[in-house]
Amino acid sequence: MTGHVPPRGGSAASQGLHRAVAALGERGPLAEQMGPYFGEFGGRFVPEALVAALDELDTAYHKALADPAFGAELERLHRTYTGRPSPLTEVPRFAEHVGGRARVFLKREDLNHTGSHKINNVLGQALLVKRMGKKRVIAETGAGQHGVATATAAALLDLDCTVYMGEEDTRRQALNVARMRLLGAEVVPVRIGSRTLKDAINEALRDWVANVETTHYLLGTVTGPHPFPEMVRDFHRVIGEEARAQLAEETGRLPDAVAACVGGGSNAMGIFNAFVDEPDVRLFGFEAGGEGIDSGRHASRFSGGAPGVLHGARSYLLQDSDGQTLPTHSVSAGLDYPSVGPAHAWLHSLGRATYRPVTDTEAMDAFALLCRTEGIIPAIESAHALAGVLALGPELDSWALDHDPLILVNLSGRGDKDVSTAAQWFGLLEEDV
Amino acid sequence: MTDIGRGSAARLHALRDQGRAALIGYLPLGYPDVDGSVDAALAMVDAGVDVVELGVPYTDPVMDGPTIQHAVEHALAAGTRVRDVFGAVERIAASGAPVLVMTYWNPVLRYGVGPFARDLAAAGGAGLITPDLIPDEATEWVAASDEHHLDRVFLVAPSSTPERLAMTAAAARGFVYAASTMGVTGTRAQVGDQAERLVRDTRAAGADLVCVGLGVSTAAQATQVAGFADGVIVGSALVRALLDATDAAAGRRELARVAAELAAGVGSARG
Ligand SMILES: Cc1ncc(COP(=O)(O)O)c(C=O)c1O
Repeated sequence: MTGHVPPRGGSAASQGLHRAVAALGERGPLAEQMGPYFGEFGGRFVPEALVAALDELDTAYHKALADPAFGAELERLHRTYTGRPSPLTEVPRFAEHVGGRARVFLKREDLNHTGSHKINNVLGQALLVKRMGKKRVIAETGAGQHGVATATAAALLDLDCTVYMGEEDTRRQALNVARMRLLGAEVVPVRIGSRTLKDAINEALRDWVANVETTHYLLGTVTGPHPFPEMVRDFHRVIGEEARAQLAEETGRLPDAVAACVGGGSNAMGIFNAFVDEPDVRLFGFEAGGEGIDSGRHASRFSGGAPGVLHGARSYLLQDSDGQTLPTHSVSAGLDYPSVGPAHAWLHSLGRATYRPVTDTEAMDAFALLCRTEGIIPAIESAHALAGVLALGPELDSWALDHDPLILVNLSGRGDKDVSTAAQWFGLLEEDV
Repeated sequence: MTDIGRGSAARLHALRDQGRAALIGYLPLGYPDVDGSVDAALAMVDAGVDVVELGVPYTDPVMDGPTIQHAVEHALAAGTRVRDVFGAVERIAASGAPVLVMTYWNPVLRYGVGPFARDLAAAGGAGLITPDLIPDEATEWVAASDEHHLDRVFLVAPSSTPERLAMTAAAARGFVYAASTMGVTGTRAQVGDQAERLVRDTRAAGADLVCVGLGVSTAAQATQVAGFADGVIVGSALVRALLDATDAAAGRRELARVAAELAAGVGSARG
């Protein structure tokens, strides 16, 4: 890797990071941590019926990793189909609003085929499905981006595809429902429970238990039972690796901070991973603060949750005093989930990454700002990361840097799917005028 | 597997000595309300159910099909709390039937594994059936169930490897729960021959007592399963009787009728 790290004394906070990384270094690099456990998080809290399939997946995945032909095929697809490497774009007009002479760079996962980072993981898993000889994939989707990516890979690789989507989400992301159907996928609206992402995952798990012989569950983020958190991270690590090299070429440095939105946590883990063993790089994950933590209507697991088990892994979880999963709220369907990837819970517990809530309003303001200052319409999920970065402005001085702050943001997706939500939010439609 | 007085194994052995399999009936706590679910469980025992499986309602029951999902959603909406399970167990266990609690793992984690085991034992409960806890993740529960002499009923499935069958049989106490098919709870037209093979393999892997559940709903299926397993576990067919009824009393009558029919089915199997 090319980033040059100047030595320095640094603030108390940065010394804390140095200590955390040094303590962990004794156990090997954080970036290479393998499941099933990330500290006290992760594991396999699943029905016995699924264990054989998880073992099969784990074996197939590690065999593929060791096979140069697998890496070459995935790399070829990314180059010729996904459109990788995705560009790195400096956004100076946006950065003025951060203040503190910050320079802000966006990693443009929004320019990937299908419109988000989700395709990185989907193509990796879909190639594994072919290797395992399975003919059918199922997936959950919230915003519809993972469902669209899965339907796309299924069309490309000739797999049957069923996507489970909460009825509530089929309504707010209607365009993506149509896209999935155009691509030949069956979309099943889920009408039980809260009718959002978590219920879609419940239905996908029920389908998987019944059809596991022929079917792969193409899980869309770094949650779930082992090996998903480790495997999905690995399929997304290309984001951080490219960004690190691109930024080094552009500026000759490592970033001072890396920011991403955190739903399940895959785009964040993908970009964090290249920097997690660099103690001078601050990592920020921004969760859905909804209408504010005090309102109870949010999806901020690290602000309002506690360790617990959901969908196969132990992690931070929004739950009541009985351990029942709490309803969540976010303006963005993709961040509207009560748990989070176990490796994020681990980074949080180590103090290696910082997780903060961003409200609906803050996210939508940042959404509008990026549109107006840079001509980029972001996904509302990604707008949470942008809003989080805007709020970093006042604390940049305390970082005690000897150069202008360099901030890298994962722009995880584009906002096409969100145009109607945004139009309503800002009153842009004729009938609202 | 060791026999402990109030555990399910003693009852299963006693029935086996009589040349009979056990009928194990599932109902969710809190449907139609907490008292109503206790009354229903008692009615089911009166009608011939040998062992009660009382389900703790949970928001994300991934091993349950639509029938049980609906009952559980209702139980939660009606305000059922996890702690209600202990009083309910105590009242049902007073009938003399062993009472196992079926629970997804997070409610137990949240309550505290040790405190849950302590309170369940104090209430006279027999132990836990844990659909999303495999022995690999159960270190804390194994210790707590040892301390409080509780059954720990783990599941095996047609997809389980011989190694996992042996590991699960060794970790279990009470009996091993064999899932008749790959799938979630619900009624099915047929119990496949995978069930019989799985029971045979699980015994060969070291399990003393093996009971079969998932999809058993008719007396004829109960007869069939009782011919090769130590117990027949029925859930959705019993819950459906409650769901379809116009009021609680009618629900209990229909539940008793279905339970009696299933008990007769189990009784008519060749031992
Ligand atoms: C554009 C975009 N960003 C982020 C997310 C959140 O997922 P994750 O946290 O796994 O990156 C989603 C999920 O749908 C998404 O569509």
